[in-house]
Amino acid sequence: MSEINSIGVVTPKTAHFNEALTLKSGDILPEFDLIYETYGELNADKSNAVLICHALSGTHHVAGKHSSEDKHPGWWDNLIGPGKPLDTNKFFVIGLNNLGGCHGSSGPSSINQATGKPYGATFPIVTVEDWVNSQAMLADYLGVKQFAAVVGGSLGGMQALQWSIAYPERIQHALVIASSPNLTAQNMGFNEVARQAIMTDPEFYDGNYYEHNAIPRRGLRIARMLGHITYLSDDAMGEKFGRRIKDQIKYSFDVEFEVESYLRYQADKFADSFDANSYIRMTRALDYYDPALDFDGDLTKALAHVKAKFLVLSFTSDWRFSPERSKEIVKALLDNERTVSYAEVTAAHGHDAFLMEDAHYHAILRSYFNKIDFSKGEG
Amino acid sequence: MSTNKKVMTTAQYRQDFAIIAGWLGFGSKVLDLGCGDGSLLSYLRDGLEIRGYGVEKDDANWIASLENDVNVIQMDLETGLSGFEDQSFDTVILSQTLQAMRNTEGIVQEMLRVGGEAIVTFPNFGYWRNRMQLIIGRMPVSKSLPHEWYNTPNVHLCTIHDFDALCEKHNITIIERKVITKGQDIQFLPNWFGDLAMYRLRK
Repeated sequence: MSEINSIGVVTPKTAHFNEALTLKSGDILPEFDLIYETYGELNADKSNAVLICHALSGTHHVAGKHSSEDKHPGWWDNLIGPGKPLDTNKFFVIGLNNLGGCHGSSGPSSINQATGKPYGATFPIVTVEDWVNSQAMLADYLGVKQFAAVVGGSLGGMQALQWSIAYPERIQHALVIASSPNLTAQNMGFNEVARQAIMTDPEFYDGNYYEHNAIPRRGLRIARMLGHITYLSDDAMGEKFGRRIKDQIKYSFDVEFEVESYLRYQADKFADSFDANSYIRMTRALDYYDPALDFDGDLTKALAHVKAKFLVLSFTSDWRFSPERSKEIVKALLDNERTVSYAEVTAAHGHDAFLMEDAHYHAILRSYFNKIDFSKGEG
Repeated sequence: MSTNKKVMTTAQYRQDFAIIAGWLGFGSKVLDLGCGDGSLLSYLRDGLEIRGYGVEKDDANWIASLENDVNVIQMDLETGLSGFEDQSFDTVILSQTLQAMRNTEGIVQEMLRVGGEAIVTFPNFGYWRNRMQLIIGRMPVSKSLPHEWYNTPNVHLCTIHDFDALCEKHNITIIERKVITKGQDIQFLPNWFGDLAMYRLRK
């Protein structure tokens, strides 16, 4: 994508909330910050806002660059910008970092004003529901009464789904991509391994590693490696690395194969940039999300009052959030006679496909966003 | 496709669209299997305010349906209609797709599981022009069967009598049947003179 289509340099902003937020767990956050970025212009009747919800390790930096020398644009820059599928000439796009994160919103590594020390282990467990409630507060803060669309992949898709349940009047379209109405036991199992890797790291100090000037790097690295493997398909890994040897076989436990080199590199990069306490909380939010739980496991009943129009997308090679799980959402919407379209995108990259620039995938999103008509003030 | 041909195709479709519309109630809930670019559903929505969903496997058609404001679900009909509840639609339509399906018997039964009624249309292989081509010794190629034998998607071509027999085998009631050729209603020897067969069915 050429520079012409880029948002250009963007600057994050922080919204401070003095109102207490009661969490699903019953805990109360007396005050909190949300860091966010916006792209495009909010129109006069504030009807063109689109909220982007991030996944496990995402941030508020969704598109554009933080400086002209910045080598890495936002994590969904291929989708969002002037003339891109989510066109910032038409829409006002908002990205934020969720509560419990580590990129500027209140989280375990931020300072608890009451103690003057990082929250650490005392930062409460936050859920998808809590995130959506805090996002609604951010929407109020920005003057957005109703989103033209809420968009998310994976854990972000769960937030888009939750928006349609919790705030049916405030969301016109929900784009639920590579997501699921809850996690399977296998999926929760991966999360537990990741958490155990972190929490059994001697440098974890029960989550209060900040005061020990320590970082549970070993745990974070292993958690990330495991995650990376599961976000890719066997075929994609085969194509990317195969059995290629890094240098020459040394009969050692050093890096022998390309795949090891890649995983170690990704692990180091992640351990340098992500907070362990945030990571274990993000995986917990995934585990807990299950909107059907209060309805005897009946997702159809859970979605009985949604009003949003839905686009549900899955990817053929995604085994962590498989097409079958997306179809459960589609079925519940069909049972309720909601407006829904569903596509199963043929893609080789596994779960990560939702972040990639695939021609057909982006054509779908471009068509869908083009069709969104907020001028009528629907709903 | 030239504009002229496109217009002609559309005109031809309109005839069976109109017949299908006549078999549906105002505001009824309709599932169109193999909905193509969604033109039937958008026609029915505009005319009858039906609540419609389409099922389409092909990527390009799927996007065309989306652009026609049709709710479209991407799935392969060969695996049945799991994901759709019993009797959750007034009518399930399979328009000129039956002959290209492998699971022919299964899909007709699935249609009547999901819908109160089913509408099935297919090119009549018993049409005299097809028979003539076979007598001459060639596989039929026509406007309704535009493919050569080696590239046709059609695997289960049948005649009107064949389809009647399938319905009888599965105790499917034929509520109405229309046979048309170039937009004309064919009453006389339909299995000889009918190009397109249209059935309205229930269990």
